[in-house]
Amino acid sequence: MLQQNHYLKSVYETPFHERTSELNILNDWVRWKDYTVPNSYFRVDLEYFAARNSTAVFDYTPMIKHRIKGKDALEYVNRFFTRDMTKIGLHRVGYAVWCDEQGQVIDDGTVFHMRENEYWLLSAERQLENLEVSAIGFDVQIDELTDDVAALGVQGPTSASILKAMGFQEIEMLKPFDIKHYSYHGEEITISRTGFTGDLGYEVLMSNSVALSFYEEMFAKGEIYNIKPAGLEALDLLRIEAGLLQPGVDFMIAEEAIRPGSTRSPYELGLSWLVDLSKPVFNGKAALVEEKKKGSKYTFVKLNINGNKPASGSYLYNQANKKIGTVTSAMFSPSAKANIAYASLHEPWKKEKDKIIAEIYYQKDLEWNRVMEEATIVTKPFFDPDRKRATPAELY
Amino acid sequence: MSKYDAIVIGAGHNGLCNAAYLAKSGLKVLVLEKNDYIGGAAVSRELEEGWLYSNCSYVCSLLRPEIYRDLNLQKHGLQVIAYGGSVTFTKKGDIFGGYSDHDLSRREIGRYSKKDADAYVRFSRDISKQCRFIKPLLMRTPPDPTSFKPKDLNELIWLFKRLYGLGEETIYETIRFYTMSVAEYLEEYFENDVVKAALSGSGIIGTGLGPYSPGTAYVLLHHYMGEVDGSIGSWGFARGGMGSVSNALAGALQEHDGEIKTNAEVKQILVKNGRSVGVVLENGDELYAKNIVSNLDVKRTYLKLFEHGDLDEKIINQVENFKIRGSSGKLNIALDGLPEFPAMGKNNPLMHADMHFIDSLDRIERAFDDWKNGRWSSDPYCDTLIPTLTDPTMAPPGKHYMSVFVQYAPPKLATGEWTDKDREGFGKTVIDQIGEYSPNFKDLIVHAEIRSPQDIENEVGLTEGNIFQGELTMDQMFFNRPFPGYSQFRGPVKGFYMCGSSTHPGGGVMAAPGANAAREILFDLKRENIVPEAENDD
Repeated sequence: MLQQNHYLKSVYETPFHERTSELNILNDWVRWKDYTVPNSYFRVDLEYFAARNSTAVFDYTPMIKHRIKGKDALEYVNRFFTRDMTKIGLHRVGYAVWCDEQGQVIDDGTVFHMRENEYWLLSAERQLENLEVSAIGFDVQIDELTDDVAALGVQGPTSASILKAMGFQEIEMLKPFDIKHYSYHGEEITISRTGFTGDLGYEVLMSNSVALSFYEEMFAKGEIYNIKPAGLEALDLLRIEAGLLQPGVDFMIAEEAIRPGSTRSPYELGLSWLVDLSKPVFNGKAALVEEKKKGSKYTFVKLNINGNKPASGSYLYNQANKKIGTVTSAMFSPSAKANIAYASLHEPWKKEKDKIIAEIYYQKDLEWNRVMEEATIVTKPFFDPDRKRATPAELY
Repeated sequence: MSKYDAIVIGAGHNGLCNAAYLAKSGLKVLVLEKNDYIGGAAVSRELEEGWLYSNCSYVCSLLRPEIYRDLNLQKHGLQVIAYGGSVTFTKKGDIFGGYSDHDLSRREIGRYSKKDADAYVRFSRDISKQCRFIKPLLMRTPPDPTSFKPKDLNELIWLFKRLYGLGEETIYETIRFYTMSVAEYLEEYFENDVVKAALSGSGIIGTGLGPYSPGTAYVLLHHYMGEVDGSIGSWGFARGGMGSVSNALAGALQEHDGEIKTNAEVKQILVKNGRSVGVVLENGDELYAKNIVSNLDVKRTYLKLFEHGDLDEKIINQVENFKIRGSSGKLNIALDGLPEFPAMGKNNPLMHADMHFIDSLDRIERAFDDWKNGRWSSDPYCDTLIPTLTDPTMAPPGKHYMSVFVQYAPPKLATGEWTDKDREGFGKTVIDQIGEYSPNFKDLIVHAEIRSPQDIENEVGLTEGNIFQGELTMDQMFFNRPFPGYSQFRGPVKGFYMCGSSTHPGGGVMAAPGANAAREILFDLKRENIVPEAENDD
């Protein structure tokens, strides 16, 4: 049990802190749940570009990690998540959401089919209670391992070369969403071809005991591959370009929502591909069947907006000047050279026919200005390079 | 009977950009290139196995973001990666760092002069004011100040409104700024010579003028107004070298069914009844098109491709008087490892920056004196970069590519044409200068491409090897570029246009001349304008 005086350290340092704090020459930190991690290390744009051009390393340790183990594991996860979990084969990772009984999304995460009868859920929020409630009647053991397992994101075009140089054989043969277990200094280490950047990249899960030596070896081997540390500010830019949602930003976490109508179903987040209504039972199914029949209230879209002023927090209007939605995330994309955003649209917006006009406020020399810019809906990620999918992975 | 609506001569980035817009508009377009590769001076070539050089232009910041976005150059493989800052090595063994972080830069200046550190705030503001004024002009056609056409009058009114919008004080400053030397301009802010030398470099790059020559203050601005993603003054690398810019533009052209023919040098532009009707290739083939566009510089275009009888004497005179002085050379060096610079240490982020090895205005002016006397500078201003510390695609892991832009080198030496021995001597001068600051540098050299201005003219086609296709001085800028009466991209015969950096707004791998020319061609053909306007910075 945690000591009573845990309040003396409101935020923890991750196992990488000794090194990340040396590298963080801006001394710029941000709280992520129980931990403090770098917001930026040296220059946000260069950290961003490291992930798009060479390799950027992110400290993902604060990500919440749950282990689901037992002979009913598959049956159980299939009941918990909205998607068909039988399709996530052994040593594969799948993106998933889960809902409350109203069919509203609680959170999203990645599910790792680690071993026979063993799944890990990596999510933004702690889910032990939800997981336990759903586990009644299943032969599964659920544990939360966040503080016991260190995690790194190793993202970018040269990431496979770096891991290969560290001795991880055949790393380039991993297909997107593949998992491979390796032995590292006598400890098991798990590498998956996943990430949060929409590019070639890997996530590494390891025990705290080898974390620091792994980090140091990776930076030593990675030097000739132009490895750089990167913070959460750069990560946010990368994930928006990649078309990935951020819980608590792009949608309200259903369990924290106070006002009715503020939550979203998977359909309302553009995630209908993650819902399999043919499954006999899963959390929120009845409500989602009903919604499918009646239609959804909200539509989630990716927007390409005219002009170069980011539409952060913008209201969206149709041609009749009626409000039709709000922007949830926005940025000027350095890779696409486009003004991009995610938005949640509602009535009276009707598909395709309607114009979408963003009301954008911005400051120049402290003066506030406003522009109205037209936007078009984009279906593909804003940044979607071939190397993201190529197997074997690009080697340098 | 024309097979093509337009033939573009020269597959440099402006020719490709121009052709891409014409093709996107639905025209049938052919680009002709004399070399067996495209790109002109925005090119990446593998001359030593495993190494990719940005053989001529080497950094990217002026490329118009509007074009980048509009032609979807990302999809065609272009990635421009920001890099940080600049550094000047001093004779005393110290460095002066120009960091991209404003406060770090201010602090660094303070190591040399506390007063200059504070002046840096005012300097940055004043330069930003000039950038704000000029940037919207880049993607517009200059008005003809003698014309009474509504198009020109409206544009003149727009321009005067903008000028008056600067406020009284800045109007005076702007007019002074455009005619001053970079040294005098910097002296209005700074006292320390190292600080001034470090900041003056951008004022002389590519130009046959010294830091004390009037007009160089503008050249500084020309290099400062660039940006990478809104970060004004930032420079970036095109991933895979500058050829990626040309390749992406070629991709955009081909997406719209435009054609490119390499090994197809144009020998002559055919003129019939005061109208250009086609071209003759070196091999004698004749190709016809309703419109002919030249991406070559004005001298090469009018003096080499036109029959003199097809042009008025006046324009030939104007072309001959056009200043296009070659003043720079280039070294591309393959390195077996990372050179050490003991003055700053291996982990200094300025290893990624442009490095300079000349620390006083006086030394730079002496370098210019050599050029005037028909010699390459014995103590040159070198803009040196190691792109591979950022870009992993240009050399094998652990090996490096160094790009060295050298100011000054004359197109013709006092002793006559450049010989192989001269080229070797020129290379040695540059390598010795870098070697003075990096003890292991010389031992790491695997291969070096040494290019005199004459080599650049012979291979790329730029007259005298001038990187801007003509000096960026006020007498050759805006509605005077390339010369009065021809600033709107139209040539002296019907159906003939210019789209290279000899036209507004000049060189620097902006792609703006190519796009601007396309807008005028589409106007003449009564087609809808599809060339994007500049984004509003206000």
